[in-house]
Amino acid sequence: MASQLYFLTAKECVHEIMTGEVTAIDCISSVFERIRKVEDQVHAFITLTEEVALRKAQEVDNKISRGDKVGKLAGVPIAIKDNICTVGIKTTCSSRMLCNFVPPYDATVIQRIKEEDAIIIGKTNMDEFAMGTSTELSYFGPTHNPWELSRVAGGSSGGSAAAVSVGETILGLGADTGGSIRCPASFCSVVGLKPTYGLVSRYGLIAYANSLEQIGPLTRDVYDCALLLSVIAHYDPKDSTSVNVPQKDYTRFLVKDIRGIKVGVPKEFFGVGTDPSVARCLWNGIAKLEALGVNYEEISLPNLAYSLPAYYLIAMSEASSNLARYDGVRYGFRVDRDDLDWSEAFSESRRIGFGMEVKRRIILGTYALSAGYYDRYYLKALKVRTLIRRDFEKAFRKFDVLIGPTMPLPPFKIGEKINDPLAMYMCDIDTVPINLAGCCGISIPCGFVNGLPIGMQIIGKPFDEGKILQVAYTFEQNTPFKDTRPSL
Amino acid sequence: MQTKKLGVNSIKIGLEAHCQLTTLKTKLFCSCSTNYRGKEPNTLVCPVCLGIPGSLPVLNLRAVESAIMVALALNCKISRRTFFFRKNYYYPDMSKNFQISQYDRAGGIPLSTAGNVYIRVDHKRKKINIRRVHIEEDPARLVYAGTIDTSPYTLIDYNRSGIALLEIVTEPDLSSPREARIFLQKLRSILEHLGVSDGGLEGAMRCDANISIVGGPRVEVKNISSFKEVERALNFEIVRQKDLVSKGVSVERETRHWDETRRVTISLRTKEEEHDYRYFPELDLIPINITKSWLTQLQLKMPELPDARRIRLIKQYGLPSYDAEVLTSDKSLADFFESCVKLGKPPKTVSNWLMTDVLRCLHDLNLELTEAKFTPEQLVEMISLIEDGVISGKIAKAILLDMIKTGKSPRLIVKERGLVKISSREELESFIKQVCEENPKAAEDALKDEKAIHFLIGKLMQKTRGRADPELADKLIKTHLALMKSRI
Repeated sequence: MASQLYFLTAKECVHEIMTGEVTAIDCISSVFERIRKVEDQVHAFITLTEEVALRKAQEVDNKISRGDKVGKLAGVPIAIKDNICTVGIKTTCSSRMLCNFVPPYDATVIQRIKEEDAIIIGKTNMDEFAMGTSTELSYFGPTHNPWELSRVAGGSSGGSAAAVSVGETILGLGADTGGSIRCPASFCSVVGLKPTYGLVSRYGLIAYANSLEQIGPLTRDVYDCALLLSVIAHYDPKDSTSVNVPQKDYTRFLVKDIRGIKVGVPKEFFGVGTDPSVARCLWNGIAKLEALGVNYEEISLPNLAYSLPAYYLIAMSEASSNLARYDGVRYGFRVDRDDLDWSEAFSESRRIGFGMEVKRRIILGTYALSAGYYDRYYLKALKVRTLIRRDFEKAFRKFDVLIGPTMPLPPFKIGEKINDPLAMYMCDIDTVPINLAGCCGISIPCGFVNGLPIGMQIIGKPFDEGKILQVAYTFEQNTPFKDTRPSL
Repeated sequence: MQTKKLGVNSIKIGLEAHCQLTTLKTKLFCSCSTNYRGKEPNTLVCPVCLGIPGSLPVLNLRAVESAIMVALALNCKISRRTFFFRKNYYYPDMSKNFQISQYDRAGGIPLSTAGNVYIRVDHKRKKINIRRVHIEEDPARLVYAGTIDTSPYTLIDYNRSGIALLEIVTEPDLSSPREARIFLQKLRSILEHLGVSDGGLEGAMRCDANISIVGGPRVEVKNISSFKEVERALNFEIVRQKDLVSKGVSVERETRHWDETRRVTISLRTKEEEHDYRYFPELDLIPINITKSWLTQLQLKMPELPDARRIRLIKQYGLPSYDAEVLTSDKSLADFFESCVKLGKPPKTVSNWLMTDVLRCLHDLNLELTEAKFTPEQLVEMISLIEDGVISGKIAKAILLDMIKTGKSPRLIVKERGLVKISSREELESFIKQVCEENPKAAEDALKDEKAIHFLIGKLMQKTRGRADPELADKLIKTHLALMKSRI
C-alpha cells in the first residue's frame, strides 16, 4: 500500500498521516522509491535530499506521536525549483555558474513551508536561470515529459511539474516570469498557479526578471494548489514589492458552483500560431464551463499583439543587470587562472559559466539599456506594458475571469526548437501578457490530444486568486483529467 | 608658445561629494551595523550587502530622512516622489556589479535638486549652486598593496558595502582649489550640525572633482579620500594641465585617479573608454512619496545651522564676524567655544585661544579637535591660571601642545614641569642680580639707554625659562638699575 502513497494529493497525505494510517516516513520513503524507479527516465531533479528529508519526516512523526501541534503540510513531500534559495542545499539555477552555490539562508517561502512541516525532498531541474520554455536549457541536461519521454516537460519549472505529474513528489514549487509555472503545468497535466505580482515574497528567489516573476505552486489538483498558495502567500517586509493584503485561506474559495460567473475569451489567444487541436480542446473546455453555468463572451485585447517583444525586452534588460553579480568573486564558478586581471577574470568566468541562451539574453538586454537605445527599446517596452495592463483592466471591469489556452501547442519534441530561439519565444505568447499586467493566472488540465496534455489558462484580476481557483476547481471536479496519470 | 597667467575666472571646478550618513545605526538596504571602522574585515555583512543571489534590498527610511534634512539645509527643491535607479558597471568593489543609486535622466527623479550654499572667500560671500543631492549605497572597500597600479592583488572588505551615502553635486561654480576646500569645510560643518555625519571618520567624506582650465576639456579626478586632500589634488591637476598647455600638448578629456601616496593624478580612462552605466529603475524598491506632512515634520526637526549660528555668536557674544566664521566652520570648534564661555570665560579670550594656538597645535599634531583628549574645562583652567597670575601667557602657549596631546590638566603640567610664574620679589631680585653680573656691558648700557633693558629682560626670561612675571620683572630691573646708578 505504501508504494502508492506517492500519488496521493497533499490533502489526502496530511489526512492519512494525521489519522495515523501512515507515517511521514512512509510517505517520504514512497516518494523516494518512486524517484528511484522513474528519475533516470524523467530527470526532474538536480539535487535530492533523501537523508535530510527522512530525518525531518521522523521529526514530524515524533511530533505527532507526542501530540504536538503540527503544520498544515505535515509530512508532505515537496520539490523546490532550483532557483529558490534553500539553506545548506545547493541552489544551482541549472547553471554551471552556480553549480557549487550553497545559499547561507532560506527564501521566505521556504521558511513558510518549513513552518508548516512540509518536507523538502530535492531541488528540481529548470532552464538555466529560468530562461526557457522547455527545461532543455539546463547545464544538467533536459527534463523529459512523463507523458511521452521524447517530449519536453515545458519550462522553465519543468522539473517540478514533471515530478508532480509522475509521482516523484506530491507538491512542487516553481517560479513564473513569463509562463514558467503555467507552461510546464500545461505540458505535464498538473495544476500551476502564477500569483499576482506582490502576493508571494520573492526574497530568496534568484532573480531573472524581477519586475515580472513570482513563486507559485505546482500541484496534482486545485485543492492542493489553494492549500500551498495559502501557505506561501504572505506579506514579507524583506521584499519591498510584497503587498500587505489580508491573509487568506484559499481553500475556502473552492465551491463547486460557478453559475453566473462572467468569462471573457480573448480572441488573441486563438491567433494563427495556435495549434488547431489546442483550440478545439479549449473550446470543449469552455463549452463544459458554459454547461456549468458561466456566461462567456469573445473579446479582444488588442495590445496583446505586442506582448512578446515587450516582454522579452523588459525581461532581458532586467536580466542583464540581475545576472551581473555572477563574476566569480564570492561564490559560484570562477576561472582558476593567475595570469588574468580582474576584468579578464570576470569575463572568462562568465564566458564559461553561462550557457548560450543566458548569454544571448544578457547581451540583448545590455544592448536595449545602452545609451541611445534605452528610449527606443526599454522605455517603449514599458509603455507597451502599460497599454497591456490597461487592456486587462478594461476587460476585468466586465468579466470575472479570462480564459484561453496556456500554451499554443502541445508539448513538442526535445531538440525540436532548441536551435530556433524565436520559435521557442513564440511559445510564450499566451502566458507573458499575464506577467506584464501583474495579474494572476492558473493552468489546469483541459484534456489530451494524441495522449499529450493540453492546459487551460484561467486569468484573474490582481489579488483575485480566489476567483480563478473557484472556476478551476469546479472545472476539475466535473472533468476526468485530474485522475489520469502518465503510464510511466 | 607663450604661457599666459590664468585669470581668476579661468578655472572651473565642480565637486561630487560623497558623504556617509555615519550616525545611522544600520546600512541603507539591510540591518547590518554601520560601525565598521577598526572591525575585522567582512564581519558586518549579510546576503543583501554581499549581493548573494536572491536577496533583496529594503530601504532604511531614516537614511531618507537624513538626506531630506541635508537637502533642506542646502536650500534644495525636494522631490515629492523619488525612486532608485541601478547604475550598472563591473568593478571588484561592487557586490552586485550595479550600484543602487538615483538618477536625474531617463525618467529618474533624484531626492532633491537645485539648491545653493554660501561660502566666504576672503571676507566675500560667494554662492555655490548645488545641482542635486541624492542617496546611494557605498561600495565595498578595496585595499591594495601599495598603489592601485602596482599592487599584485586587491583585497575586498564588504563591511563598507551598503553604507548609506549622500552624493552632493555642485555646479562648476568653484574657481580655485582653495574655494573647493572652503566649500567642503562648510558642507562638513552643515552635515555635522545636522547630526547626520561625522566628517572626522576615515573615509566618511570623499569626493570626485571635475576641473577645466580656460575652456579646456573637463577632467575628472576620482578617489579624493578626504576633504583635506582636495586642495592638494586639484593643485596638482592645475599644474599638470598648465604644464601640458605650455608644452603645446592639448589636455584630454579623461578620468584620473588621485594617488594619495605619491600625490599625483594618474589616468584611469579616456573619453572613449567612459562607462555606459545603463541606468534603469531599481524595481526591487518601491517609489518613496515625500508627503507634505513628512516634510513639515522634518523641517521642524531642523537644528541651528552654521550660518545661523555664526550670526548668533556675533550677537550673543559680541564676537567679530571673522571669529564667528572660523568657529562655525567646524561644529566641534563652535561647541568647544560655547562650552568655555558657559564656564565663565570672556568670549573673545576663548575665541583668540581657539582660533590661533589651539588650531595650530591640532594642525601640528595632525588631529581633529574631536580626536584630541582636550576638553573645554582644561582650556578654561588654563585661562584661569593666567588670570590668577600662576602662569604667564607665554607659558600657557608652551604647555598647550602638551595639554592637547596628553589630555593632562594644565595645573598638573605646570606643577610637573615647575612652570609656576616667579612672582616672589626676592627670588626675582636674585635672578636679576645674576643677569646683570653676567652681562656687565649690557647692564652698563642700560644705565644710559632705556631700550637696552629689553635685552636684560630677555636674558632674565631665558634664565627663568619664561617663568618670570613680566611686569614685576620690568619694575625690579628698573629698580636694580637705579640702585646701580646711585652707587656710581
